[in-house]
Amino acid sequence: MAAVDDLQFEEFGNAATSLAANPDATTVNIEDPGETPKHQPGPPRGSGREEDDELLGNDDSDKTELLAGQKKSSPFWTFEYYQTFFDVDTYQVFDRIKGSLLPIPGKNFVRLYIRSNPDLYGPFWICATLVFAIAISGNLSNFLIHLGEKTYHYVPEFRKVSIAATIIYAYAWLVPLALWGFLMWRNSKVMNIVSYSFLEIVCVYGYSLFIYIPTAILWIIPQKAVRWILVMIALGISGSVLAMTFWPAVREDNRRVALATVVTIVLLHMLLSVGCLAYFFDAPEMDHLPTTTVTPNQTVAAAKSS
Amino acid sequence: MAEAEESPGDPGTASSRPLMRDLKAVGKKFMHVLYPRKSNTLLRDWDLWGPLILCVTLALMLQRDSVDSEKDGGPQFAEVFVIVWFGAVTITLNSKLLGGNISFFQSLCVLGYCILPLTVAMLICRLVLLADPGPVNFMVRLFVVIVMFAWSIVASTAFLADSQPPNRRALAVYPVFLFYFVISWMILTFTPQ
Repeated sequence: MAAVDDLQFEEFGNAATSLAANPDATTVNIEDPGETPKHQPGPPRGSGREEDDELLGNDDSDKTELLAGQKKSSPFWTFEYYQTFFDVDTYQVFDRIKGSLLPIPGKNFVRLYIRSNPDLYGPFWICATLVFAIAISGNLSNFLIHLGEKTYHYVPEFRKVSIAATIIYAYAWLVPLALWGFLMWRNSKVMNIVSYSFLEIVCVYGYSLFIYIPTAILWIIPQKAVRWILVMIALGISGSVLAMTFWPAVREDNRRVALATVVTIVLLHMLLSVGCLAYFFDAPEMDHLPTTTVTPNQTVAAAKSS
Repeated sequence: MAEAEESPGDPGTASSRPLMRDLKAVGKKFMHVLYPRKSNTLLRDWDLWGPLILCVTLALMLQRDSVDSEKDGGPQFAEVFVIVWFGAVTITLNSKLLGGNISFFQSLCVLGYCILPLTVAMLICRLVLLADPGPVNFMVRLFVVIVMFAWSIVASTAFLADSQPPNRRALAVYPVFLFYFVISWMILTFTPQ
């Protein structure tokens, strides 16, 4: 009878039967039962994610996102736990670097490139390269500027490597920590749709510093105008990557707080680049010009008096 | 069995035989670095004596003659030591974290031994600097350092590249490049007082 059929329950939510019904579905091992509800294919987590996911036609992306949930299962005192932060291939690192160099409006670096697989390889080695790039370029630039001066004796200035390392690594770790703490605090007050983990923020900051490597090398050119144009270009690119990443995380908040956050992020970035330029690179002023302008007057005065 | 017996009246032989054996092993590995082929010698019988000798030699040669070396701004002995060993450990950790199947000490051994070409470059640079300074002097040193830098990279890549999965090889090799580049820079900018 029809009434009996209507009252018949259909079994849903049983993994075995749904797998039998759809053998192609990606499955997640239930090691941590608390994790699985988040990762079943189904309703999207937020409207922000939907539009970003639509922009990508990549089939691998869904699988990596779903599988990403099960990787962080080792306890933190094992080596395997730290290996999960280096789970990237060469092409992925190149893609992330490319993404940091070409900020496209509307596309979020974290969602597009990191996709729940933050790595520490990029931030660590980009910072290491940047430290040496700044120290070596600064040394070279000072050498070229003072070349020909009789009183100048070349020194390798090795101390500056340690100073550069302290500055860059402190920036790459402490600023994300502060930003993460701030965003967590705001999250407790205002419900934001988009929230980032600490490692994702470290990852964005690390990759956004990549543009400064060629900038530091080009800073060897001893022209003030060239250097400041380079500062502007680098700040524009990496600042916009950061701004576009963090704007969705604060836009539901109070307007002033959101704007202040983004402005602070960009300002700190600018402070880093201008500070490095000022400290490691001597100003390309023509130091010996005043002496040459004085002597003609002296010779004229001497000629007049005699 | 005859080798293990101490011959009476010859007190030096018992301790010098293992020493000669070790020195020969180190020398053999030096040859493998200078003529890099895909062989497993460096990996199988790893030792850290060779890297230690090379590191100490390099650090000593990077010392300046002047008493007041603080003002010079060049690297101190301890700094060179720390850079070489800390750099090698960091690269090894990086390689293992990326999923390479090389052991910790094997990797340290390879990286340490492949400093040999750069140590040779340092020796040549010190000799060249005995002549009068000038752009030609600098060009010669630059050429020697570049050649030895390339040799170090080729030698270490020949040993290390196979231990990484192919999709991450570049990620594991880049830090090696950076490491030898920094050491080459220290050698090139060495100016005696």
